[in-house]
Amino acid sequence: MTRILTALMLALMIPIGLAMPAAAQLQVRVDEGNFQPTPLAIPDFEVRGTNAEMAEDIADVVRADLESTGLFDIQNPASFIQKDLSIDVQPRFPDWRIIQTEGLVVGAYEELPDGKIAVSFRLWDVYGGEVMRINGQPGRRLTTTPDNWRRIAHKIADSIYNRLTGEDPYFDTRIVYIAETGPKIDRVKRLAIMDADGANQQYLTPGTNTVLTPRFSPSAQEITYMSYEGGRPRVYLFNIETGRQELLGNFPGMTFAPRFSRDGESVLMTQAQGGNSEIYLMNLQTRQSRRLTDHPAIDTSPSMSPDGRAIVFTSDRGGSPQLYIMNTDGSPRTCPSGGRDVACRITFNKGQYSTPVWSPRGDLVAFTKQLGGRFYIGVIGTDGKGERLLTESYLDEGPDWSPNGRVIVYFRESRPGAGPQLWSVDLSGRNERRMMTQTDASDPAWSPLLQ
Amino acid sequence: MNTTFKLATAAAVVLTISACASKPEPVEQVQEQAPVEVAEPAPAPAPVQAEPTAPAGPLAGSLEDFRVNVGERVYFDLNGYRLDVDDQEILKRQAAWLSSYPGVRIIVAGNCDERGTREYNLALGERRASIVKDYLVSLGVDPSRIDTISYGKERPIAAGSDEQAWALNRNGFTQIISGATTS
Repeated sequence: MTRILTALMLALMIPIGLAMPAAAQLQVRVDEGNFQPTPLAIPDFEVRGTNAEMAEDIADVVRADLESTGLFDIQNPASFIQKDLSIDVQPRFPDWRIIQTEGLVVGAYEELPDGKIAVSFRLWDVYGGEVMRINGQPGRRLTTTPDNWRRIAHKIADSIYNRLTGEDPYFDTRIVYIAETGPKIDRVKRLAIMDADGANQQYLTPGTNTVLTPRFSPSAQEITYMSYEGGRPRVYLFNIETGRQELLGNFPGMTFAPRFSRDGESVLMTQAQGGNSEIYLMNLQTRQSRRLTDHPAIDTSPSMSPDGRAIVFTSDRGGSPQLYIMNTDGSPRTCPSGGRDVACRITFNKGQYSTPVWSPRGDLVAFTKQLGGRFYIGVIGTDGKGERLLTESYLDEGPDWSPNGRVIVYFRESRPGAGPQLWSVDLSGRNERRMMTQTDASDPAWSPLLQ
Repeated sequence: MNTTFKLATAAAVVLTISACASKPEPVEQVQEQAPVEVAEPAPAPAPVQAEPTAPAGPLAGSLEDFRVNVGERVYFDLNGYRLDVDDQEILKRQAAWLSSYPGVRIIVAGNCDERGTREYNLALGERRASIVKDYLVSLGVDPSRIDTISYGKERPIAAGSDEQAWALNRNGFTQIISGATTS
């Protein structure tokens, strides 16, 4: 029996050994064309305390986070051979190779004398037969109060994701969105917030005024959005901690389409009056604003590049809504289409383009495209090259990026008359999945990684 | 009215019974008093209100007069913001009506169909509202009487998701804020 297993193991190991030299550790590639999810085992954590249920819940959240990326095949615990895992002891790698696990997470949950909880974990490279160091350490230990248990789980998942893919983490984040209820012709819209995995949903405004297009500040403490409070559409700042709301600016007409600059010191917004919409940049400290665009056409939906030097926006100056890039200081640019201009158009394919959002990495712009009665979420290079459509439906609208620039969240009305729901898709176009919300939901925005 | 009467009587009986369970005698007395109080004032106002208003039509200068006899919405083409001849006719009637009732203030709302993105539609709605306002001003309406607002695609009047509903939802909506005749 043992011999058969050994033989089987050798047979299994040879091709993998060829594919993965002994020196190279387990590495999950996120951009591979011919994609196969990496098998990952996350057994229940060792329990050093009384609340075994919480230990189980934490492991469940870690599994769900990693599974949601579409990059990992989280293995069924029923297939596990080794049952006596301990965080202090090296696992029996052959037991895990038999079931073709590539990465193994071993965790321990403890209850501390001061009432806090701690979770320790190690990530093992099963075929390499060694521990995978995280920030130079052979494991991590996280401590918090019991009510924060989900955040510990997200941080563990973030560590594992980052270590295996090399990508920045994004699980310990939140999503702000508009919760929609009531009939279509009398919709109630409330500001709502939830963890990125859909937990802890709460409403931030009562629904007495229609609110739209919330966006996070880089500190994740504030939201800027548009509200019809007082019967006039204007841009506000909302402090999540205090619940305090504050009008931004004292513009005639209406203000809308707000978005923070990357440094959080300013807010970009659109001001419309007399049939003309222009983009402004308001410094939050001095409250001084500067007009960036100057054109009788509609100019709206500004989003700033990570280095702050340029903005991408929607304009119909060419006859239909298209995407343009201009320097924040208004100086002329060399346009992808040739020539120098203050604003360069970057979309030239068929269709209408709007809601541009500059990626956190700086190289791409996500957008909504309308063509032939369908709506698409896509990305395009800031040089106007390499347009790729990631999703399509009756109405897909309003993309925003995960803080690591890997995943795009948006809202979808899957068919005429269907209420909007939140969806996410990997930048590769794979792994389209619904984010569950208690009500219909639209205008999602992703927070930065929480502190 | 009969129902109210009976319910009131029944309620009075029940209340009396439960309140005075140990003394059954006064039940009949209360029963006689209660119907008199409830029934008397109720029938009087109902016929008075109903008869004069129904056949006469909207009162001149009222919200209803504006809605029925003038027209409160103009409709735009897909992605459009130009006023065609029909729209101009409606706006001419609005301007004439507004000159007859100089105390009236209005707000023009610009609305869009659901086949556009939210922020672009907010801008497009503002443009539509401004076009309507500009036209009314060109016909002599004092601009200080006209406010504008954009609802983008947030205030559809037709709930459907078809060409017909979208056409209705692309509109400029003139709403009276104050100054209309009320009685």
